[in-house]
Amino acid sequence: MAENKVTLSKKDRMSVAWRHQFLQGSWNYERMQNGGWCYSIIPAIKKLYPNKDDQIAALKRHMEFYNTHPYVSAPVMGVTLALEEDRANGAPVDDAAIQGVKVGMMGPLAGVGDPAFWFTLRPLLGALGASLAMEGNIVGPILFFVLWNLIRMAFIWYTQEFGYKLGTSITKDLSGGLMGKITEGASILGMFVIGGLVQRWVSISFAPVVSRVEQSDGAFIDWTAIADTAGQGGQGVADAIHSALSQYASLGSTGLEQIKVTTLQANLDSLIPGLAAVCVTLLCCWLLKKKVSPIVIIIGMFAVGIVGHLVGLL
Amino acid sequence: MSVFAIVLIVIVAFFAGMEGILDEFQFHQPLVACTLIGLVTGHLEAGIILGGTLQMMALGWANIGAAVAPDAALASVASAILMVIALNGGADQGEAITTAIAVAVPLSVAGLFLTMIVRTLAIPVVHAQDAAAAKGNFAAIEAWQIAAICMQGIRIAIPAAALCFIPDKAVMGALNMMPAWLNEGMTIGGGMVAAVGYAMVINMMATNEVWPFFALGFCVAAISELTLIALGVIGISLALIYLGLKEAAKAGAGAAGSGDPLGDILDDYE
Repeated sequence: MAENKVTLSKKDRMSVAWRHQFLQGSWNYERMQNGGWCYSIIPAIKKLYPNKDDQIAALKRHMEFYNTHPYVSAPVMGVTLALEEDRANGAPVDDAAIQGVKVGMMGPLAGVGDPAFWFTLRPLLGALGASLAMEGNIVGPILFFVLWNLIRMAFIWYTQEFGYKLGTSITKDLSGGLMGKITEGASILGMFVIGGLVQRWVSISFAPVVSRVEQSDGAFIDWTAIADTAGQGGQGVADAIHSALSQYASLGSTGLEQIKVTTLQANLDSLIPGLAAVCVTLLCCWLLKKKVSPIVIIIGMFAVGIVGHLVGLL
Repeated sequence: MSVFAIVLIVIVAFFAGMEGILDEFQFHQPLVACTLIGLVTGHLEAGIILGGTLQMMALGWANIGAAVAPDAALASVASAILMVIALNGGADQGEAITTAIAVAVPLSVAGLFLTMIVRTLAIPVVHAQDAAAAKGNFAAIEAWQIAAICMQGIRIAIPAAALCFIPDKAVMGALNMMPAWLNEGMTIGGGMVAAVGYAMVINMMATNEVWPFFALGFCVAAISELTLIALGVIGISLALIYLGLKEAAKAGAGAAGSGDPLGDILDDYE
């Protein structure tokens, strides 16, 4: 047996990595990603086990419960491939060892994958693409799609190779604090970016007027004088526009009217721009912690929007 | 809509449905799905704008473990189709997009129930895979996996096809019936909805240690000159600096022992 050592070629590993993208296809409430996992590893089983009974045993052991983040599943697959290869070459690797490695890795890895991909990378790339797209720019969706898939494919291929090369020693590497650091780093970046996104993209604006102040002469544009100049026609109109624009430039937007109107929103913004947005977000955090369904909160927000608008608050 | 356009829409919907579960290529994200539907129906610009706006709302929607978030696939596909019908009926682009966004939210809930049904239907599928495994039948396992993926695709493709046959008169009638206050109120509500997604993300990641970074991000973002890329760079730098300092502090504490540099100097001073 030793002289005929079977190894998985690069082509075999690529085939597994390609299939691994369809991991979640048969996601079910019973054993979650088990069908997809078994589907992914088929090329390796075909290569490693020529004997029909061995093939059946291998297929059965890969139909066990499995669930993790679909991308960080790649290093788990890498390690599993290394283990299966050892087993096919006669090493004493039993079913329990293989299942143990899968279950042992899937939990901590999902803990890294969720914050890194779903909560940091996707909001970041999504917001980048969406901010361009909202102006009708086709670059937005293309940028999102291309960058995301480049990063994703590079990640699943190289981490699978990493797992395959290291074999079981990867578990030591992962428990050596590296995982914790990646999770923490991703959380820091994620929280920072989310903070920024809340400020930029949660829009809430209070309409009620807090004060009306009659401004003194010179603090606002004297529109009657402008009208007089414009009444002369021709050059007068140009002079009037020039005069109005230069006054506006020096007075700012409060110079447009004699009465200065301050809304509640303007007051809030002078404390910190986006204060209302952050309050709404924190309120949502609290409601979600109280086990209120996100769907209920979303519907509630529409209701608040409609009622608030009708009573003139928003 | 032409038969050709409807066929293309159904194909886009099928991909979006598949990706709703696979979560790999991201065809189910509004930014991609709405753009594609806009492209195949000749309303590219409106599709991109709708996609961008919905994407902002859906940024934090993610399937974690067995939990399912509001479904982005049905929301983006169905709202984009309704927008296209309204545009074909002669509606104003802005109005069509606003209405599409308003209907997207109830649709995301409907999609959620559909995906739960399909995930339950997948249980017999894996039992069939079990049976195939017991016989060592590779082809059958593969066929069932592909069937399960197609089932997720059909989940979106069928509602999409059905929506395509709603006459534009009906959509326009509903649009015209909608009073201005309802439309404006829903736009205001829509502006707040993004907060729910962000809150879901925050609840997953927040520890006492990382809250200050949220505050920093919030305050720094008020500087409108900073692009999102700049914010990302600042965030990465902060994370690296923080982790580096933490490491250094741990190493320093181990070496010096007392963890009180001033105390050490005083002790050494003779």
